[in-house]
Amino acid sequence: MSENTFINYFKNSFLPILSIIIIIFAVWYIFTVYLNSSIQIDSYERQKIDWDFSDLVRDTMSQKKPLLPAPHQIVSEMWKTIFMIKITSKKSLIFHSYITLSSTLLGFTIGTILGIILAVSIVENKAMDASLMPWIIASQTIPILAIAPMIIIILNAFGLSGLLPKALISTYLSFFPIAVGMVKGLRSPELSYLDLMHTYNSSRLNIFWKLRLPSSVPYLFASMKVAIAISLVGAIVGELPTGAVAGLGARLLTGSYFGLTIQIWSALVMAAILAGTLIFILNFISRITLKRMGVQE
Amino acid sequence: MKNSIISAEKLNLIFETADDDVVALKDVSLNIDEGEFVSFIGPSGCGKTTFLRAIASLEKPTSGNLTVNGSSPEDARKNRAYGYVFQAAGLYPWRNIYRNVSLPLEIMGYKKNEIPGIVEKVLKLVDLTGFEKKFPWQLSGGMQQRASIARALSFDADILLMDEPFGALDEIVRDHLNEQLLQLWKTTNKTICFVTHSIPEAVYLSTKIVVMSPRPGRIVDVIENTLPTDRPLEIRDSKEFISVSQRVREGLRSGHSYE
Repeated sequence: MSENTFINYFKNSFLPILSIIIIIFAVWYIFTVYLNSSIQIDSYERQKIDWDFSDLVRDTMSQKKPLLPAPHQIVSEMWKTIFMIKITSKKSLIFHSYITLSSTLLGFTIGTILGIILAVSIVENKAMDASLMPWIIASQTIPILAIAPMIIIILNAFGLSGLLPKALISTYLSFFPIAVGMVKGLRSPELSYLDLMHTYNSSRLNIFWKLRLPSSVPYLFASMKVAIAISLVGAIVGELPTGAVAGLGARLLTGSYFGLTIQIWSALVMAAILAGTLIFILNFISRITLKRMGVQE
Repeated sequence: MKNSIISAEKLNLIFETADDDVVALKDVSLNIDEGEFVSFIGPSGCGKTTFLRAIASLEKPTSGNLTVNGSSPEDARKNRAYGYVFQAAGLYPWRNIYRNVSLPLEIMGYKKNEIPGIVEKVLKLVDLTGFEKKFPWQLSGGMQQRASIARALSFDADILLMDEPFGALDEIVRDHLNEQLLQLWKTTNKTICFVTHSIPEAVYLSTKIVVMSPRPGRIVDVIENTLPTDRPLEIRDSKEFISVSQRVREGLRSGHSYE
């Protein structure tokens, strides 16, 4: 059985993912040569160097400030900044990732709590439903890039700086999917489940704890996966207007000041790895929780 | 003389819908005594489920008089006078069988140390001992329905309201559950109101059969079942069984139920 499962896993999961990765890398390398070639050819001509196609391929992949760095350049930059530098150094990618991760997690936690509180009040109170929902939706129509500096400046005026203002931008983004998902989840119980509660003459509190809340758990996890990814985006965006001191956002900003494209790309890849890891962990927690709640595999 | 436990007088119930008012119950008068097993039979839309829901205070009659256990249905519900078994088992999927059966007990504030004994007792009544830890999806349809009956029995209400509980099950399972239900009724002495589509089921189980007809929903016949209380499954081949069935069929025909 184990051999079969392994082969099936290989066929069904590993092989499709692998082929897509190979295709992406192939296309990436082609574009590296293509996009970087004009600068490279210019420089050949200025230095009056004879060149052929193999020179071009080699040199376009080893520029210092390429338009598009080759994957192996990004990997080697990441290797250098993750493993070869002390993590307390301002050049360490781990240091910057930690800064971003901490405000992501803080913002996500506040956002989740806020989203759940809003959802509960909307479902349990008609006036809240009518008055809150339009504002919640309107809040998300404002581009976060426009409002992020305002939030930071205003909070600074109140003496708040550092982690919390950045985290609040993550909160601003992440409470929304949580609130919307939880409202749907809390309203998901079928009519017959509610009728059953009425036959017991159940209090609203009991209906909430024993019916609405358990019904909403799968919805909550689905929203949390969306929320954690955009919390990361929020944290990065929140780092841009703070003068780019630390964090992945700072790496992106300094990178773009000095045209350090390899640094920008490695920060981007790092952000993607962070997001992937966070969602993976959430998935794991969600699967265990739902399994304990008797959800069919 | 037995005590009347449910009584309806000139009960009317009208559903107001956008294009037309639907008369779900028209002038329904009925008396159900303590300890009776009453079946409600009729085609879809005859109001049998609506009547059951009115008894349970899940629907409000438009006019007429309805008393349950000597009080209004609303008060009876508040006093937890009945257990209700729905057409779909309606077990909460995130609770295992034990916790599904203990749900009403938790809500009604039973003491923590009383609950295990009660759950064990009612699961034994429906022959589900040993399945406490299973989740609903791990059980067959018939077993789920039995668990749902156990849940309705757990708080020991005097009345059991059952809305086509075996409607979705195949005939073999249904026969078996009918036998068990009859046994259960005899041992617990409850009053049972049982909605069904099946003539043999109604005749086999009941002491009283209420034949209903649609448009408007009304009672066309009330048949006192003359079969002996001791009913093996084979009784369904007896002459008496067939003649009661015939009377039910005639009742349905007179209400134009076959048209």
